[in-house]
Amino acid sequence: MTSAHDGANSPEGPGGSTAAGASRQGDDDVTRSTTAVEPPSSLHDLEEAVHQLEHDAEHRPPPAGRTTNLVVATLVTALGAAALVGSLSLGAGSARTPGSGTWPLVLSLLLIGLGVGLAVTARSTTDAERFSRSSLLVLVGLATMVGFVALIGTIGFEIPAALLAFVWLRFLGGEGWRLSVLISLGLVAAFYLIFVAALSVPIPHLF
Amino acid sequence: MDLAPVLDGFAVVLEPTNLLYCLIGVTVGMLVGVLPGLGPAATIAILLPITIGIEPVTAIIMLAGIFYGAQYGGTITSVLLKLPGEASSVVTVFDGHALARQGRAGTALGIAAIGSFVGGTISIVALSFLAPVVASFALDFGPPEYTALALLGILLVSTISSGSRLKALVAAAVGLLLATVGRDAFTGGERFTFGNLNLADGLDFVPIAMGLFGLGEILYNLEERHTAAQAPTKVANVWPSREDLRQSSGAIGRGSVLGFVLGILPGGGATLASLAAYAVEKRRSKTPERFGKGAVEGVAGPETANNAAATSSFIPLLTLGIPANATMAVIFGALLVIGVSPGPQLVTQEPELFWGVINSMYIGNILLLIMSIPLVGVFVKILRVRPAILAPITVLITLIGVYTVNNSVFDIVLGIVFGVLGYLMKKLGFDPGPLLLAFVLGVLLEESLRRSLLIFDGNAAQFFTRPISGTLLVVFLIVALLPLVQGALSRRRPAAERSDTTKELV
Repeated sequence: MTSAHDGANSPEGPGGSTAAGASRQGDDDVTRSTTAVEPPSSLHDLEEAVHQLEHDAEHRPPPAGRTTNLVVATLVTALGAAALVGSLSLGAGSARTPGSGTWPLVLSLLLIGLGVGLAVTARSTTDAERFSRSSLLVLVGLATMVGFVALIGTIGFEIPAALLAFVWLRFLGGEGWRLSVLISLGLVAAFYLIFVAALSVPIPHLF
Repeated sequence: MDLAPVLDGFAVVLEPTNLLYCLIGVTVGMLVGVLPGLGPAATIAILLPITIGIEPVTAIIMLAGIFYGAQYGGTITSVLLKLPGEASSVVTVFDGHALARQGRAGTALGIAAIGSFVGGTISIVALSFLAPVVASFALDFGPPEYTALALLGILLVSTISSGSRLKALVAAAVGLLLATVGRDAFTGGERFTFGNLNLADGLDFVPIAMGLFGLGEILYNLEERHTAAQAPTKVANVWPSREDLRQSSGAIGRGSVLGFVLGILPGGGATLASLAAYAVEKRRSKTPERFGKGAVEGVAGPETANNAAATSSFIPLLTLGIPANATMAVIFGALLVIGVSPGPQLVTQEPELFWGVINSMYIGNILLLIMSIPLVGVFVKILRVRPAILAPITVLITLIGVYTVNNSVFDIVLGIVFGVLGYLMKKLGFDPGPLLLAFVLGVLLEESLRRSLLIFDGNAAQFFTRPISGTLLVVFLIVALLPLVQGALSRRRPAAERSDTTKELV
């Protein structure tokens, strides 16, 4: 039920996000730049102008479609349902004698309610971003972290750390080969000196 | 008021180690504010492991320095590049950047630095007087009061957070649920551990904060188009003229008061304070048409207010043990990690820590004033460091840092899992702030609720029979239900309202 309020007041409401979408293509965004020059007077409008500005500064992808919003709503509801099952198995207790499961039970019911609320308002939700090609970059970044944690136990932190830094610099950051190699090696050396040599933290290390 | 502990606090601050860490804190804060990408909450989260080896007072002095230092630094990019380094400096862009285009960037930065210093200092003085009073008042709080206070705090933070209210509440509920993982303090039974020994003692705060804020934010920024910061214009003449000072003195005064008050409120904090101060200045001005075209008051007001608010938001944390916003939640977690539990007893039981931290802010503000006026050129140069180079450094600091807290590889895994969650939340419009805040308050809330129910013999209506918990809960209900009423009203005329706002925006 808060949806109507949010729909009208949310800083990235329909009006704002279409403008941001247009500006990404970089064509007619005359209206956008005037926003920043003449901010509106009321606190609420000011907030919208601010969000517009943040949006423009960060070049974010356009809002996600309805399917994404429905999936999110389903996940929230499912989490609530799973927690509900879990809390019932812990013993729901009662107000007079609250048990282990009482508080989780309240929370899981709240989550289910909120999930349903998200589903109802899925159509008018515009604050989720679409997953785009550049989301793959995030997967690559994540893979380097997973690799790091998988390898650190067996071969120490030096080689995984250097590889992680190199991938982030060369492929995710678009730096040059030479600079990437130099910075990654320098970083590992610095970390070695700080954590192993100076602080003698018992982090797994090869050398 | 007994002055002896206050003076002892100064002695604590003036110890060389503490001075050094104060300097490190405010410098890091300035840097973080200048570099767009990581906010103060993320930075403090990433630096949590450092605090473990050092004295609690020293650690908190440094973390606090990062927090209010960031408020100073965020101004620089807002003014010079039209890129707010910090959420609370966004509104500074309007007039600050306009001034910069008129060749008066120095004036804007100078006024902002002076305003920040005045706002911060007034706020510290007020904090010194108000905090012990609030703390002594809160000493009588029992479980019902804490239940009401925690509920209200979480609700307010969710209401005022950026983005959808519904989603903020989901985040808060998930945070509360995560807090239940581990051993039940009442029965000793395990909850939601799935037989995993690592989870038996509950989820650790550090990996969650570092993952959610640190890794989550870095992953989220990977998707952004990296636009290299244009070489900033040279900043000359940072000292504002007497005319500028005269023009903005009213704004600085009002900004200090407004910021102080809004900073205390849960969910308030620096961002809201800067917005409100801008709106007030524009409304009060005899020549509102100058706003957006380079009005000095439009820089002075918000910049003063955000610093005053950053300082005063320590009051609820240090006196009630209730963090008022996401950054305070991280500092709260840091305190718990070093073995200090913030609450009303802090001022009497650990006066050195309490007054040491508060008084360090005087020193920190002076250091920041020195850094922001004569040294502003140095920080402008730092803007040329490319985000692509900083990202892997932050990732490695986070991954290795999270390990060093408990020397546990499982913590790194946990950090990465919460990093993914943080990324997805930001991507899908959920503010991670309420989650962390709720997680931090979750144990307190559940325990107080269960104790209260036992005291009341299961009759929840008795919450309303105690004056303080009753009042807080009434406020809670008003905050919770007001949007529903407003929503019902605005649904009748949504089309009209929407076209109105677009008209004003264009």
